[in-house]
Amino acid sequence: MTSNPTPTDLEELQASALRELEQAASSEAIEQWRVAYLGRRGRLTQVLRGLSSLAPDERRTAGAAANRVKAVLEERLAGAEENVRLGRLQAIAEEGRIDVTLPGRHVPVGRLHPTTQMVREICDAFASMGFQVVEGPEVEWDYYNFEMLNIPKDHPARDMWDTLWIDHVDAQGERPMLLRTHTSPMQVRTMQNAEPPVRVVVPGKCYRYEATDATHEWHFYQVEGLAVDEGITFADMKGTLYEFARLIFGSERKVRFRVDFFPFVEPGAEMAIDCFVCKGGGCNVCKGTGWIEILGAGMVNPTVLEGVGYDSSRYTGFAFGMGVERIAMLKYGIDDIRLFYGNDLRFLQQF
Amino acid sequence: MKVPLTWLREFVDVDLPPEELAHRLTMSGTEVGSIDVIGGTWDNVFVAQVDSIDPHPNADRLKLATVTLHGEQVTVVCGAPNIAAGQLVAFARVGACLVDPRTGDIETLRAATIRGVESAGMVCSERELALGDDHAGILVLPEDAPIGATLSEYLGDVVFDLEVTPNRPDCMSILGIAREVAALTGATLREPDLSYAEEGEPVEGAVSVEIVDASLCPRYTASVIRGVQVGPSPRWMQDRLLRAGQRPINNVVDVTNYVMLEMGQPLHAFDFDTVAESRIVVRPAGEQEPFVTLDEAQHVLRPPMLVIADGARSVALAGVMGGLNTEMTDATTSVLLESANFNPVNTRRTSQALRLRSESSSRFEKGLQPELAEAALRRATRLILEVAGGTGCQGIADAYPQPAPRPTLRFTLARVRKVLGVDIDAPHVYGILTSLGFGVTVGSDGAMHVEVPYWRSDIAQEDDLVEEVARITGYDELPTTMISTPVPHRSPQPEREARERVRDLMVECGMQETISYSLTSAASLETSKPADAPSPLRVANPMSSELEYLRTTLRSGVLSTLAANRQQARDGVRLFEMGRVYLPREADLPLERETLVGVLAGPRSPESWQSVNERMDFFDAKGVVEMLMSRLRLPCAFQPAEDALFMPGRCSAVLTGDAVVGVIGEVHPRTLEQFDAADEAVALFELDVDAITSAVSTEPVRYRPIARYPGALRDLAVVLDAGVPAAQVQAIIERETLVSHATLFDVYEGAGVATGKRSLAYRVLFQAADRTLVGDEVSRAMEGIVAALEREVGASLRG
Repeated sequence: MTSNPTPTDLEELQASALRELEQAASSEAIEQWRVAYLGRRGRLTQVLRGLSSLAPDERRTAGAAANRVKAVLEERLAGAEENVRLGRLQAIAEEGRIDVTLPGRHVPVGRLHPTTQMVREICDAFASMGFQVVEGPEVEWDYYNFEMLNIPKDHPARDMWDTLWIDHVDAQGERPMLLRTHTSPMQVRTMQNAEPPVRVVVPGKCYRYEATDATHEWHFYQVEGLAVDEGITFADMKGTLYEFARLIFGSERKVRFRVDFFPFVEPGAEMAIDCFVCKGGGCNVCKGTGWIEILGAGMVNPTVLEGVGYDSSRYTGFAFGMGVERIAMLKYGIDDIRLFYGNDLRFLQQF
Repeated sequence: MKVPLTWLREFVDVDLPPEELAHRLTMSGTEVGSIDVIGGTWDNVFVAQVDSIDPHPNADRLKLATVTLHGEQVTVVCGAPNIAAGQLVAFARVGACLVDPRTGDIETLRAATIRGVESAGMVCSERELALGDDHAGILVLPEDAPIGATLSEYLGDVVFDLEVTPNRPDCMSILGIAREVAALTGATLREPDLSYAEEGEPVEGAVSVEIVDASLCPRYTASVIRGVQVGPSPRWMQDRLLRAGQRPINNVVDVTNYVMLEMGQPLHAFDFDTVAESRIVVRPAGEQEPFVTLDEAQHVLRPPMLVIADGARSVALAGVMGGLNTEMTDATTSVLLESANFNPVNTRRTSQALRLRSESSSRFEKGLQPELAEAALRRATRLILEVAGGTGCQGIADAYPQPAPRPTLRFTLARVRKVLGVDIDAPHVYGILTSLGFGVTVGSDGAMHVEVPYWRSDIAQEDDLVEEVARITGYDELPTTMISTPVPHRSPQPEREARERVRDLMVECGMQETISYSLTSAASLETSKPADAPSPLRVANPMSSELEYLRTTLRSGVLSTLAANRQQARDGVRLFEMGRVYLPREADLPLERETLVGVLAGPRSPESWQSVNERMDFFDAKGVVEMLMSRLRLPCAFQPAEDALFMPGRCSAVLTGDAVVGVIGEVHPRTLEQFDAADEAVALFELDVDAITSAVSTEPVRYRPIARYPGALRDLAVVLDAGVPAAQVQAIIERETLVSHATLFDVYEGAGVATGKRSLAYRVLFQAADRTLVGDEVSRAMEGIVAALEREVGASLRG
C-alpha cells in the first residue's frame, strides 16, 4: 500500500524521473526508465492507481497533478527517444566518411567522330534556314558527277577533279562509273526528282585521286547545298551563306565573296570569313591575308537547270559546297587533315 | 601564269600599289597566289658608267675600275674578265645588299682593301643581283640604260603569280590580264602593235596551206620571213621571258613564246628550208604513224590525232609540239611561222593519249578563238623582224574555211535584277561591258545586244554577262538578303533519322565512333569478309594496292583501327563505325548498304583503385546490340551461327522478326593475328542498318497501363543438357500466360550437376492485369511450366 501522494511527492517523483532520464543514453536505458516510471508497475502508474482510494475532491486535485506529471514524462520520453535515434543515425553517417577525392567509378564514354559532329552542325545551321538534308550515292555515273553539271567529256575543267574511276566498262566501251568527286551530283538527282521549290543540303563522302598531305586527303566529306525557286537571287545566296558563317564561326564574323569558277554555277563565287585567329593581323591560318576561304558557291548555271527540265527563265537558284574537314580544322584548330581518318583514339577522344 | 608588272604596263597604265592590284584581280576571279618583287633589295645599286680600267698594281688577274656616279669618281677592284671602259654597269655602293655568289646568302657590302688597294663598292654580276645564274662576268647594261638611276628603277619588277580558272584562257596572257586591269581600274588598254613592213615576195607564191578537216583545225595562218639571223634575243625580251617563267632559247623561238605569253596564242616556227615543197597540209595522222617530237620522244600516232605535214611527211603534232625534223637551228635563215586554231577536245585527247602535255596543248584544250590566230601571227612576225631581222613576205597565208560569226547575246537589265537581286543602271552595265571589249548596242525592244569579243571564249549565254557585271562591280558591293520565298514542304525521312539515332545510341553505349577509308586492299577484305560477300568493285586507277577495292564489309576497317590503337586497348576500347558497303549489281551502280560495325576489347573498365579486371567478351557486344534494338523498339532474337571471322561456337546471328540483320561474335584468333589487332578476346558485331531502320516503326508509342495488381515471384531452377539454348528455356517459361517475365539469374555447371548438363535458375514474375493471383493459380502455372520444360527440353527440377 502506498500513502496518498502529496504535491511534494509528485514534484519529487517528476524531478527524479527527469534526472534519471537525462542519464539514460541508450535506447535500452530509456526503456528501463520507461518501465520504472510509466510501465504497468512503474512509480507514476502506481500513484495514479492509488488515487482511487481518495475522496472525490482530493482525487480530482491529485489526479490532475499526477496526469500533468505523466504528460511531462511522456513528452520527455519521446524527446529522449528521438535524440537517441538521431544520435544513432549520426553515428552511422560518421562511420561512412570516405575520401571524396578518389576517382569515380568508370562509365564508358562514347563520342561521335568530329566529322559527324561537324556534318551535323553544318546541316543543322542550314536546316534552321529551311534546308532539308538528303543523301546520295558515293559511287556515281559520270553523267551525274560531270556531264549534267556542265562538265562535258574531254573538257579541261575536268582537271579540277582528279577522279578515281571504277573498273567497269559499258557496252559502248566507256568507263561511266566513278567515285563521286563532289556532292554536286545530288543537285541533279534532286532536281530531276522534284519540281521547284527545292532547298536541300547534301552531306557525304567524296573521293579524289590525290596524294595526301597536311591539307589534302583523297577521302573527305562535303556538304552541298541547293536552293531553287522563282525569285532566288545572288543576294539571297550571300545572305544565306553569311548566316551560316555566323552560326558556325560566331556572330561577329565578317564574310567576303570573290569571283571563282565552277562550271555548274554562273556567276560563281568563293566565300571567305575574316580570320578569327589573328583578327586580320595576318597569321599562318589565313596565310597573312586576314581571310580564310571556306566554300565555293554560285547561281545555278541555266545550262544545269535546263538539263533537268527546269525553265531557267522562270527559276533561279544558288548552290554551294564546302569541305567538312576544312571547316572542322578551322573551328577546332586541327593542323593536319590526315588525323581525321587515321583513327587515332588520342585524336578522336578530344571531341 | 606569271605576269611581270613592267610587261603589263606596256598595255595598261597601273598606278595602284602591287598589293592593291593583286587584291582587285583576286576578287574579280584571277587569284594572285604570290607577289615576287625583283630588286626589292637593290638599295644603293645604280646604273653607272665605267670611265677607265687600269691594271691592279699587285695582282695580274685583278683590275681597277673607275666609275663615275652622281659626279663622283670611285675606284673599285674588279676581277671580271668582261669589264671594259665605256660600259654601263650595275654599281653597288657600300651598304648595298647583294647575294654572296658562293653561299647564296644576302650580305651587306663593306669597303675592303684588296691586295693593298682600297675598294669602296662593287660592279655586280647577275648572280650577285639575284637576276640570274651568271657569275662569269659582270652584268653589262644596254647603252640606253639611264646613268645615275637606281637599278630598281631600271631593272626592278614585280611579278604576280596568277591562278587562272580553266574558263579563262584569255587570262593566260599578259594582254588578257591587262584587259582585266583596264576594266577594274578604268584605265585605257593599249592594243599591241600588229603592223610590220611587208617587203618580201607575196606569201601566196612562197607557201601553200591546206586544211583537210576544218572541224579539227578551223583556221591555219602562216607567215614567211626570209633572211633572219638566229641568235640570242635582246636582253629585254629574255628578261621578260625569264620573269614569266620561260627559258630563252633563240630569238625566233623566243618570239613564239613571247607572243604566246603576251596574247595567249601558241605559235610554232618551222625552219622553212626543211619544209618539203613549201607546202603545209593539216590532216589527221595515219594509223600507226610514227613521229618524233622536238623533245626527241618517239610517238605512234593514230587518227584523229592531227598533224601538220609538208609535202613529204609530218612536221608537227598539231597544237601539242613541233617535230624534230623541222626544228629551228642556229643556221636557219627562213622561217615559216604558224599561228593556228585547233579543236580543243581533239587536242586534249591527243595530249592525254600520248601523255604529252605542253603549254600549247593546255591552251588549245581550253578553247581559243580563230581570230586570235591571225592577230598573234602578225604580232609575232613583227617581233621576229624586230629581233632577228629579215624580210617579211607580203600578206599571210590564211586557211579559214568556215569563218565563225562572232556571237551576239541578248541581254536585259531585268535578267541582272532577277539573278543578282539588285537593279544596276544601264550606264554602269554599259561601262563594264565596253571596258571588257564587248560591243553593246541597244535594240528597239530596249534589250542590249552584246557582241562578244573573240578572246572571250567563255561567254555563251546571258548569265555569263550577268557575271561580268557582277564581278567587275565587285561581289561585296552587291546586296545581302535572306531568302524570301516560302520554305518548301519537307518530305519525311524516317530511315535517315533512324540512322542518325543508331549513331547516337552507339555513343550512349559508350562506343567511340571511327570513320575509315572506303577503299581497302584485296587481302584485308579476304581475311574479314562474310562468306556470302560478293566480289568487290575495283578502282581502275588505284592510288595503291592498299586502296584498290571498295569495301564489302566494315570489319577490316574497324579491326585495323583496333590494331592501330593497341596502346589504348589496354584500358579497354569500344569502337563503332557506321558507313556504307558497296555491293556490285549488274550494269548498275552498286547497292550502297549502310552498315554498322562495333568492336569491344580489353578490360570492361580500365585499371583503377577499385578495378575488378574483367575482360569484355561476346556478351558485352550482345548487350550493346540488345540495347540498340530495345531503344529502336524492335524485337530481337539470337541464333547460333557460323562465320569464318569468328571463333566456332562464339558467333550468333541477330534477327528481328524472321530476318537476319547481323552477326555478333568473338573474333577468331587467326584473324586477330592477321590484323595484329589484340592478344585477347575481341567481340565484334556487324549489323545491316538499312534492314534495321526500315523495320523501325514510325508510329508513336502506344501507352500500356501499368499493372495494378501485385505479382508473385517464384524461383525455378532446372537441370538440362548443356547444349539446350537458354533462349529456348526462357521462351517456354514466358509462354505461360500468367508469366509477366522471367529473369535468368544463375547458370551453373560443375559439382552437383551431372557432366554435360547445366542448371539454369530463373526468377519468374507471375502477374495478371485484372486480379491479384492466388497461390493455387501460381502453383498450377509453375507445374505446367515444369511439365513443358521436361517434355520439350528434357529438363528436371534441380533437387
